[in-house]
Amino acid sequence: MDWVGQYLFSSDMFGNDQVAGALLAGTVVAAVSAVLGYFVVLRGLSFIGHAVTDIGFTGGAGSALLGLNALWGLITFCVAAALGVGALGTRARERDVATGVILALALGIGAMFLYIDTRYVSAPFTLLFGSIFEVDTATTRAMVLIGIGCLAVLAVLYRPLLYSSLAPEAAEARGVPVRAISAVFLVCMAVAVAEAAQVVGVLLSTALLIGPPATASYLVVRPGLGIALAALIGVFETWLGIDLSYVSYNWPPGSKGWPVSFFITSLVLLCYILARLLRPAFRRRVAAAPARHRKA
Amino acid sequence: MDRLIQPAMFGQPFMQNALLTGSIAAMLAGLVGFFVVLRGVSFAAHALGQIGFAGASGAVLVGVAPLWGLVMFALGGALGLGLLGAREHGRDAATALVLVAALGLGALFIALNGSYATAAFTLLFGSIVGISRDQVWQTGALALACVVGLAILYRPLLLSSVDAEMAAARGVPVRLVGTLFLVVVGVAAAVTIPTVGTLLIFSLMVGPAAAANALTSRPWAAMGLAIALSLLATWVGLIVAYDTGWPIGFIISAAVAALYMGARLAGPRRIRRRGVMPAPVAPAGAQAY
Repeated sequence: MDWVGQYLFSSDMFGNDQVAGALLAGTVVAAVSAVLGYFVVLRGLSFIGHAVTDIGFTGGAGSALLGLNALWGLITFCVAAALGVGALGTRARERDVATGVILALALGIGAMFLYIDTRYVSAPFTLLFGSIFEVDTATTRAMVLIGIGCLAVLAVLYRPLLYSSLAPEAAEARGVPVRAISAVFLVCMAVAVAEAAQVVGVLLSTALLIGPPATASYLVVRPGLGIALAALIGVFETWLGIDLSYVSYNWPPGSKGWPVSFFITSLVLLCYILARLLRPAFRRRVAAAPARHRKA
Repeated sequence: MDRLIQPAMFGQPFMQNALLTGSIAAMLAGLVGFFVVLRGVSFAAHALGQIGFAGASGAVLVGVAPLWGLVMFALGGALGLGLLGAREHGRDAATALVLVAALGLGALFIALNGSYATAAFTLLFGSIVGISRDQVWQTGALALACVVGLAILYRPLLLSSVDAEMAAARGVPVRLVGTLFLVVVGVAAAVTIPTVGTLLIFSLMVGPAAAANALTSRPWAAMGLAIALSLLATWVGLIVAYDTGWPIGFIISAAVAALYMGARLAGPRRIRRRGVMPAPVAPAGAQAY
């Protein structure tokens, strides 16, 4: 069984400080993203969820240019972008296009910032691929606080948010402030996603925001269960990805680890496809259950 | 500031190549963009551009020309999106996941390859000054192939974009048509990325067509207008970039955003007066790629 320790799983990794930091940060990001992501997938906001992280790069570059704190620049830019998309696109089709135009504009402004100050030319790549292994404890602490704040807002909004996501017209008719709730949710998502992108990179933040909730929503119908399952799947994918990345130092071509973002994104897509293939079996069970019940 | 348009710029071979390639890319993007906006697949268009970028880094790793990696990955991405892009709520989630998985592969290629950052930067933001005459021909030939593909798909694509259910009832293979259209988008993105960059092609694919759609509802007029606005933004971008040295991605995306906002402000009243714009008939999510 030596090859397992060498190529698949190594318990030494828990003794490594960098890996411990990555596991902690990854768990926080995966759990918070999964809860937020459940509503992102339910409301069909995946494009905005991804665009916000790309736009964050412009905010980061801009605040570096002006000498401001990168995190606040990032968050300001992301929140402004999310609200802009929300204001421009009330219908799904308009929102799709508005997101595209705002995303392109933000990236263009980012290119301008990089032209003015060439010190940050590599910033898009750092932000795109991130490095979960280089997270310091202060960043993790800030992320935990932001995560708890977002989850608290979601807990308060839970019922009206769920109602207006599933049946916006009915919710509006019953006096739920649909637009206000949508705006608060977008701000919440922008803050959490921008922070996650700063820590683990755009790639992983999008993957963990969309993948686990989309996977879970193919397997269970009840929202509470779906959110819990999404968080579990996200944490599992993150841990397995970190583990594989750790042992990949022993893989060809040797002496070079494979990037953790590759493993986590592949696992995310794999689990999603598996869930879609498995769904018919689950559906039959759900459909068959009441029938049996009636007979008894 | 003496003159906005300096006649000298048209005498420079590199500017001639840039103008030619830019115009080809702009016309192609405006045309393809009309359907991108009509079908609401901006996210897929954005994703295909970035997927191609991952392919280029793979091509560098195995030592073939980046264009082949771009085309291969864009084709694979389009097929993947078509296969996963079901008619249900998970549509844009599937796009996001195909996108991140492809970028994850890109991260792997870059990690195994070592240094690739500067070449990747060019792909992301484009470099319109370094275009050879051969590249102009290459872009032109592949753009022509895309136009021919769109011409063949035109009627079934238009019908299934406007009303997927009616198209399916009339025997149009809606899903196949949607997937083939994504292949066209992928190839269009792949051939234009080395010269105009991932960012620009996406900007030109979505913005001008969206502006045109806000102004008119007749397909041919909207297509023509999208192409015209796309060309306008590109020429403004090239001329201002020549004068100031600013990155062309910034100027073009700003011009496109201004056109879109202007059209949104001017548009709805005109459409209402004509009263020809039917509400989208298909229920949300009913339409396949």
